[in-house]
Amino acid sequence: MRLIFLIALLLAGSAHALDKAAVEKLAFGDGDERIAAIGQLVAEADPRAYEVLKALGEGELQTAGKRVLIVRGDEGVDAATGEKVAPLPPEREDVVANNRLRGAIGDALAGLRLLAPERAPRLTAARELAAGSDAAMLPLVKKALEKENDPDIRPLLELAVASMEMKSGDKAQRLAAIRMLGASTSPNSKTLLAEAARDADVDIRSEAQKSLRAVEGRLAWGERAGLLFAGISLGSILLLAALGLAITYGLMGVINMAHGELIMIGAYATYVVQNLFRAYLPGAFDWYLLAAVPAAFVVSACVGMLLERVVIRWLYGRPLETLLATWGISLMLIQGVRTLFGAQNVQVENPAFMSGGIQVLSNVVLPWSRIMIILFAGLVLAGMWAMLTRTRLGLFVRGVTQNRAMASCVGVPTARVDTWAFGLGSGIAGLAGCALSQLGNVGPDLGQGYIVDSFMVVVFGGVGQLAGTVYAALTLGFANKLLESWSGAVLAKIAVLVFIIVFIQRRPQGLFALKGRALES
Amino acid sequence: MKRRGVLKVLGMSAAIAAIGLGTSSLYAQDKTVKIGILHSLSGTMAISETVLKDTVLMAVDEINAKGGVMGYKIEPVVVDPASNWPLFAEKARQLLTQDKVAVTFGCWTSVSRKSVLPVFEELNGLLFYPVQYEGEEISKNVFYTGAAPNQQAIPAVEYLMSKDGGSAKRWVLLGTDYVYPRTTNKILRAFLKSKGVAESDILEEYTPFGHSDYQTIIAKIKKFASEGKKTAVVSTINGDSNVPFYKELGNQGLKATDVPVVAFSVGEEELRGVDTKPLVGHLAAWNYFMSIKSPANEEFTKKWATYAKAKNIAGHKDKPLTNDPMEATYIGIYMWKQAVEKAKSFDVAKVTAAMAGQTFKAPSGIVSKMDEKNHHLHKAVFIGEVKADGQFNVVWKTKGPVKAQPWSPFIPGNDKKKDEPALMAEKK
Repeated sequence: MRLIFLIALLLAGSAHALDKAAVEKLAFGDGDERIAAIGQLVAEADPRAYEVLKALGEGELQTAGKRVLIVRGDEGVDAATGEKVAPLPPEREDVVANNRLRGAIGDALAGLRLLAPERAPRLTAARELAAGSDAAMLPLVKKALEKENDPDIRPLLELAVASMEMKSGDKAQRLAAIRMLGASTSPNSKTLLAEAARDADVDIRSEAQKSLRAVEGRLAWGERAGLLFAGISLGSILLLAALGLAITYGLMGVINMAHGELIMIGAYATYVVQNLFRAYLPGAFDWYLLAAVPAAFVVSACVGMLLERVVIRWLYGRPLETLLATWGISLMLIQGVRTLFGAQNVQVENPAFMSGGIQVLSNVVLPWSRIMIILFAGLVLAGMWAMLTRTRLGLFVRGVTQNRAMASCVGVPTARVDTWAFGLGSGIAGLAGCALSQLGNVGPDLGQGYIVDSFMVVVFGGVGQLAGTVYAALTLGFANKLLESWSGAVLAKIAVLVFIIVFIQRRPQGLFALKGRALES
Repeated sequence: MKRRGVLKVLGMSAAIAAIGLGTSSLYAQDKTVKIGILHSLSGTMAISETVLKDTVLMAVDEINAKGGVMGYKIEPVVVDPASNWPLFAEKARQLLTQDKVAVTFGCWTSVSRKSVLPVFEELNGLLFYPVQYEGEEISKNVFYTGAAPNQQAIPAVEYLMSKDGGSAKRWVLLGTDYVYPRTTNKILRAFLKSKGVAESDILEEYTPFGHSDYQTIIAKIKKFASEGKKTAVVSTINGDSNVPFYKELGNQGLKATDVPVVAFSVGEEELRGVDTKPLVGHLAAWNYFMSIKSPANEEFTKKWATYAKAKNIAGHKDKPLTNDPMEATYIGIYMWKQAVEKAKSFDVAKVTAAMAGQTFKAPSGIVSKMDEKNHHLHKAVFIGEVKADGQFNVVWKTKGPVKAQPWSPFIPGNDKKKDEPALMAEKK
């Protein structure tokens, strides 16, 4: 609102009525007429034009008979004159804007914002225009460029002018524009240059090809960075899913087929916390994850400890029976959740700060949710490492897994340590569930998709090794993403499995092997 | 004395039984007919299919409240094939042989339909299939109430090629890896080539069912889009993979004004729970949208809202949503009722014959007609853009109903195929 006011001041035009015909065309015309009407309104450079276009972009423009209104809530003003309309006519129709129109409106609004006296709106507007805009904006941008002397905004505007002149200007202008675009990093320049590289004119073609190569070289770095991030992101998810298993299977030697279901329970715990927040603390909804993280840990840990006490403890040293029993338990847990919450996926909403992303390069956007999960995985890893190496419980766990009989002799309560360790592993699985709920679907079958991956990571990394799990998760995440970009998602999955089978045949102990008498074997 | 007493009792009970019989035939509601509902209520397809089961149940309640079909009360038999394709065939066999249902409403994915098709043909059952699909099939035992490619995919691509759609020149065909996306993309590829699109301007990508990491796919789309000319994405992703796909799309900031994504299996229901603000302008092509303004639709959405509230359907009780396959399901069950009443029989052959030319006032605002021959509905095509509230703005529509072409002319050899189910003798 402040911005509009400032524009109003700048243009020093008292809000006179807009061209009524243009407004009507905007509301009732066909595609081409409406685009033309936008151009006409922009040319008037009037604050009312800004408001009318903004209203159309946001779906606030309505028609009542022949009148065009801007309606916000229960209040309406006439779009052309700005007069208040009260009471609102009961029969109103929305004016629908499609993509083409919305693109033109976006450009037009950005163009009008270029005239604002403040730096921030000008900068964002210049960025928007430089990322690609319609040639119709050329006069407006040129006008703004004459007045502009901000060192950050000028180059953006020059780029915008260059990309617009690429199509329209004469040969000299076009050549200059091509050279200009060659220095940019925007994917839009690449598109324009690729088109120019097929031009009929030899000079333009060769110049465009030169510039295109330069831009492509720079964009390729962005693509590599994007791929690296995707690999790390998938790696962090695999790590979270596998860390719990690294304790229960890696350290304790329990083949826990219900591990995936412990992840799933963590995700459902997050769902329940989210619902509680929505019902009782709607104001603090964005912070529900802070409560969901401990809740997911505790719930999964309790389920895990219960499992250990009731079933697994009687099966130590009998891997086949453990496998069958835990598999049976996993089916029971799935069915249990299905009965409690229904078979359909439940919706876990991202808090506002987790949606959207940060633009690091012109063609790389890193989503906040993934960044958060990478950080979270790091935190969990650090916490677990500290727990195992810095606390008494960790000492006991290591002692018991290395030599149970000796640990028992020196007075370690091995049975209780087993329970705690299993609970810890399960709790970490719960944390993984909490993180996964932010990325994918939460349903009773959630765990099934991760159990194979988790075992793959632990076995690949070397059983009984934390460091191995970390390296394995990152390697697999990376390999998967690299293959995916070459061969597609379906083949990549198969290729990774084949790779692991071959690897395990060559090196059964995994990436890192425990030296000495490991795991009572 | 004793014997006479026994006789008396016997006589009386016989009389009572006779009265009982008499009354039961007076009250027609005691006669029932079973129908089968074959939709996944768990697994990756549950996100889309569960609500179709509820739609059938709602229509059944409505019909029963008004006296049933020909005086027969409908008794629905619900089974859960759990997104497991072989289980679909097993459950279909159970419905036909054990429950002896008169008709079955079910299936979403084409792979599930292909799995049950031999069962329905062998046991001469009747299936109503309510979802848009790739065509290439006409079975005498199936009525297709969803769209064929020429009623959805082709118009959507034509729209994106038009000036208003953004004059797209390059195409990403993105889908889940199974028969529907593969066949649809084959048709679209042939169609695009017929419009002069070069091979190098088409990128085809597939992901497995339940895929949840769309980072590389989106990166690939971005790269492809920057290689010159306006790019559009045609998505045939099915099931719950759509949620991570659209989340990633929004988070990575791929805007509809730059690269529009048009989806064929994403409607109001699939977008529930996705933050749609960054997705504004992405498109879907259907034969019905909840936002369509027509008296029939107003009634339909109101009915659904009341039903969802009464039955406490998760999600819908607070935010009732309707979508295209629900509409197609609803049309299907009413057309079946009309056909049964016309044929005066539940016999599959007689009902099939009576189905030809049935009409129904569809919630989409047109009068939908079952084709006289090819077992497909005539439907109007709508293209909608996602709004910030998860509903769709209709930006383009056909003037009236379009006849289905199950044998797409863009697949070679189809011109010789007959636009009606083959007779059994001919098939062999």
